[in-house]
Amino acid sequence: MSTETTDAIASTEETPPAEPERASIDPHQTRRAWLLIAPTLVTLAVVIGYPVVRAIWMSFQSDETIDPQTGLFVEGGFAGLENYAHWILQQCGGQACPPGTNAASFWDTVFITLGFTVVTVAIELVLGFWFAIIMNGTFRGRGLVRAAVLIPWAIPTAVTAKLWYFIFAFDGIANSLMGTSIVWFSDKWAARAAIVISDVWKTTPFMALLILAGLQLIGQDVHEAAKVDGASAWQRFWHITLPLVKPAVVVALLFRTLDVLRIFDLPYIMTGGGAGDGNDTTTLSILVVNEIRSGFNSAAALSTLTFLLIFAVAFVFIKVLGADLSQDVKER
Amino acid sequence: MATSTDTATTDTRGSESDRKPPGKPTAPWLKTLRTYTGVAIIVIWGLGPFYWMGVTAFRDLQFTFDTTPWPTHVTWDNFETVFSTARGNHFGRALVNSVIISGLTTIVSMVVGVFTAYALARLEFRGKFIILGFVLAASMFPGVALITPLFELFTNIGWFGTYQALVIPDISFALPLTIYVLTAFFRDMPWELEEAAKIDGASPGQAFRLVILPLAAPGIFTAAILAFITAWNEFTIASQLSSDETQPVTVAIASFAGAQPHVEPYTAVMAAGFVVTVPLIVMVLAFQRRIVAGLTAGGVKG
Repeated sequence: MSTETTDAIASTEETPPAEPERASIDPHQTRRAWLLIAPTLVTLAVVIGYPVVRAIWMSFQSDETIDPQTGLFVEGGFAGLENYAHWILQQCGGQACPPGTNAASFWDTVFITLGFTVVTVAIELVLGFWFAIIMNGTFRGRGLVRAAVLIPWAIPTAVTAKLWYFIFAFDGIANSLMGTSIVWFSDKWAARAAIVISDVWKTTPFMALLILAGLQLIGQDVHEAAKVDGASAWQRFWHITLPLVKPAVVVALLFRTLDVLRIFDLPYIMTGGGAGDGNDTTTLSILVVNEIRSGFNSAAALSTLTFLLIFAVAFVFIKVLGADLSQDVKER
Repeated sequence: MATSTDTATTDTRGSESDRKPPGKPTAPWLKTLRTYTGVAIIVIWGLGPFYWMGVTAFRDLQFTFDTTPWPTHVTWDNFETVFSTARGNHFGRALVNSVIISGLTTIVSMVVGVFTAYALARLEFRGKFIILGFVLAASMFPGVALITPLFELFTNIGWFGTYQALVIPDISFALPLTIYVLTAFFRDMPWELEEAAKIDGASPGQAFRLVILPLAAPGIFTAAILAFITAWNEFTIASQLSSDETQPVTVAIASFAGAQPHVEPYTAVMAAGFVVTVPLIVMVLAFQRRIVAGLTAGGVKG
């Protein structure tokens, strides 16, 4: 418990609140604050604000179409909710979209994305908790362990994808170690498993580090006191550790859930969105990218739906699970 | 925190029925064994696949699928293949592109973000929570939602495949990350020194520049590393908005072409991955404590 990380985190928490007498808001300070923040607001307005507004506007426009009579491109004009119906109701020009089109696979894609999210985050939570508990113990070689967990985090996802693509190759080390001969990227469940395993490998360390930081805030004395009172290891975990690390865990869960909902690199590079030539590993992000080639406006509607889904999930986390991301600031 | 701790302890003590007689304590050697088994698993988890990438990177192409766990048929050939342009790969150029794109992204994010972080950590003002919520919402924003409008915009104004077309979207996630990490660092700095400087006659600007900035340097450095790594690792946006001339390494690796079409040049790709990853790993190992603190600073509340 005496590493510098622990100290750094502990000191973070022990710092006395900076001058609570500043509670009353000084208009001069407000003006200065807004001046300091202005560049950020302008930058975010350009890099996020404009694209969002533009995407929403585009999502209500029709795609340019080729006039069958003249063979020329015609402006689409206002489309109402047509682009949204295209995805949600899978309507292509008034009738059901034929199989094989992007729109026809919309709901499959939604469930594949949600499936990846639930499975990946659940596995990461359990493994991450276990890693964190081990790393919170006393042992030699803390530096080595910390370095080891940072490596999967530091490797670019594109490289991770290629690395695991090689590991899961037919003649690769995965089949060799398990004594199997699975063609990982031809079977949809094997391909999905390969993607989940790669993602879990890369991001469990991040989960573990966040949970570890939460664990390190729990004083050893609390556990000692409970031990003296006769609480078993399981009781101590359930009644002390879990409630106290809950805030850290919920925030970690939120970050990771939002990450997996927008997962792109791993399935795109490893399978191109399909196992064989299907779309069994197509996530929402991949579908958006595929759709850009078909039409900006329908792609804009799909990306709007994607970010609405992500914000809905974030909202649920913050309201229901009480993920409090700004607690520190509110306390001041 | 103190309150919840007390409650938890009281709960445990209060429920008499749950109370077990102190059983046979676990033997210390068993505990040690258990800890070190876990430690070994974590180390293998982190290093194993990376080690395998290294071993393969230095292995002769003919022995791609050799499963000997230590280096065999060691060669530099794969690295020559990686940097060779004979098959239309421009890995060297992609490396330079990545440095340019990530560097510019980091510089812009830091210059803009440092002031906001200072205001958020240090000043009381109306609308603070709105700003904070705004930054958080920005950091959760799916990159893919930016691609469609930016694809259209950059095509229309002739920016498609330029560096600025890649830096601008990268700022959308690097800037919120920078603000997040910096705000957490700034909150824990010894600000009474700033007051002391002001009492000694320094202006707020001087107090910031001469007292606070040197103290904040480690935090700023960490935020810069995190922003740089995140931009370096970006793939989604670059895969759609870069041209052959401006593509970064992540895109170059994903589309690395081998001698024969449809045959993945595994050893060369592993060598390319090794080249891209090793500088990051050196950086991460050198600053691991700070990086862990920076990564967890925003996420953990006591």
